[in-house]
Amino acid sequence: MNLYGIRAIYHFEMARTFRTLAESIAAPVLTTSLYFIVFGKAIGSRLGDIDSVSYGAFIIPGLVMLNLLNESIANASFGIYMPKWSGTIYELLSAPVSWIEVLIGYVGAAATKSVVLGLLIMGTARLFVPYEIAHPGWMIAFLLLTAVTFSLFGFIIGLWADNFQKLQVVPMLVVTPLTFLGGAFYSITMLPPLWQKITLFNPVVYLISGFRWSFYGVADVHIAMSIGMICGFLMLCLAYVGWVFKTGYKIRN
Amino acid sequence: MNTHNPVPILSVRGVNKIYAGGFRALNNINLDIQRGEIFALLGPNGAGKTTLISLICGIVKASSGTVIADGHDIVRDYRAARATIGLVPQELHTDSFESVWATVKFSRGLYGKAPDAAYLENVLRALSLWDKRKAKIMTLSGGMKRRVLIAKALAHEPTILFLDEPSAGVDVELRHAMWRMVRELRAQGTTIILTTHYIEEAEDMADRIGVINQGELIVVEDKSVLMRKLGKKQLSLTLRQPLSRIPTELNAWPLTLSGDGHTLIYRFDAQAEESGIAALLRTLNEHGIDFKDLRSSESSLEDIFVGLVHQSKQELT
Ligand SMILES: Nc1ncnc2c1ncn2[C@@H]1O[C@H](COP(=O)(O)OP(=O)(O)OP(=O)(O)O)[C@@H](O)[C@H]1O
Ligand SMILES: [Mg+2]
Repeated sequence: MNLYGIRAIYHFEMARTFRTLAESIAAPVLTTSLYFIVFGKAIGSRLGDIDSVSYGAFIIPGLVMLNLLNESIANASFGIYMPKWSGTIYELLSAPVSWIEVLIGYVGAAATKSVVLGLLIMGTARLFVPYEIAHPGWMIAFLLLTAVTFSLFGFIIGLWADNFQKLQVVPMLVVTPLTFLGGAFYSITMLPPLWQKITLFNPVVYLISGFRWSFYGVADVHIAMSIGMICGFLMLCLAYVGWVFKTGYKIRN
Repeated sequence: MNTHNPVPILSVRGVNKIYAGGFRALNNINLDIQRGEIFALLGPNGAGKTTLISLICGIVKASSGTVIADGHDIVRDYRAARATIGLVPQELHTDSFESVWATVKFSRGLYGKAPDAAYLENVLRALSLWDKRKAKIMTLSGGMKRRVLIAKALAHEPTILFLDEPSAGVDVELRHAMWRMVRELRAQGTTIILTTHYIEEAEDMADRIGVINQGELIVVEDKSVLMRKLGKKQLSLTLRQPLSRIPTELNAWPLTLSGDGHTLIYRFDAQAEESGIAALLRTLNEHGIDFKDLRSSESSLEDIFVGLVHQSKQELT
């Protein structure tokens, strides 16, 4: 194991974050605060509780997940896309690092960033809405698992993309709609019966439901289903990445 | 084949590269590089120089064949093999927003080496980059970026260094500084493989020379042997009386006459047993062609190179 190599990549990626602290951390925190002001305070005060949780508190886990998904994908995809675009990937390809090590460096850094961001958003939320976390252990587990899984997913997008448009098309056209329709702002029991069924095909529903369960002990789907789904997606991403590395697809001529 | 050093530091065997589109960029390359030598790879644009270097460094996959670097197979034992190799790529690929120091430190770590600030300082000082260590790479000139790439390649103390056209876009002064550094590295035991389009450079620097054309290694030879073997000499005679044409009696000799009729040029093989000069001078004397001066010169590596590539093109067509 080339530990110095992993550390070099991890540091490089974290340094990139610190260079762009405003975009990386401040912007998402600010946007989320706006959500709390608009949905939590202004509109939320007119809405009743959902599952005996105030609306302002109800949307917190969903908003954290929303940011977690977006940031994990954005950070990891950009992280590996940049060296491909600038040509500096020659160094990764000619260095004595295995692809597993490259993966740990990039995905580890992206996941670190989004976990820190998630915690910051939860802290910010506390300024607006009082809430308790029922299962802190599970909350952390969901946070980590989701951050790692979607950083891995972002890494795959970054490998696959060969221009900036492609880099953005999956997050914009797939992930954002799925998160908004994934029950961040509502309980799926509020939907008409047919849509309740259809929405179960949206994997994000399981993430948000499980994460919300770790906060308030209430969920739209069974907690085991949530854990199963996210682990399944993690396995899928790992298998795909394994295949990519084995074949050198789109990386090594 | 060089026989004075039996164990090559780099051994390329039967290497072929066919790119995804079906283009054959390397055709059955066999090459041994001796420990501590400076090897120059020459060839026209698109000959396959960068492809060969990229393949050895792990950037391009071989379609077939094997490469052993310092005793390690570059595929099966890629960690050990790559740890011995440093690469300065042809293109200036740099991380614009990084500082010089950060990027050099990154390279050392990536290659699995423990941090060593003192060593990196020496590298940067040797390349006159120490004053620029805090500068963002994008603020540097092209020549400085080239040096940053050299510093990155040296950061992990490689024993084999590839320089892919290191003097492209570099001014004369820096080029000379770079060659001084290359010689110093060699003196410390580093093996250096470089490509260049400046043939004087190869002539000046290299111990051995390989010429690659259209994916085939057409010649690998000690520089001096190559120049002796393939070099032509020419004898120029400045005539007392200009000639309007070469007299028919001299038709048997490969002679050319300069435009003004004042100089007679005789080309001969430097390798031949008998240069034929004595006989030529006798013949000239017999026919009353008198000369006031004579000069002989050797063809440069450039002439040899152009001749070789031309010849291999003809063979292919
Ligand atoms: N990724 C690629 N896919 C397909 N063909 C390629 C690829 N890279 C290089 N080639 C082709 O392989 C041949 C050799 O290219 P290479 O870059 O090795 O040449 P070179 O000798 O380094 O030339 P130069 O002196 O211009 O740097 C060229 O014809 C080039 O077009
Ligand atoms: Mg080249």
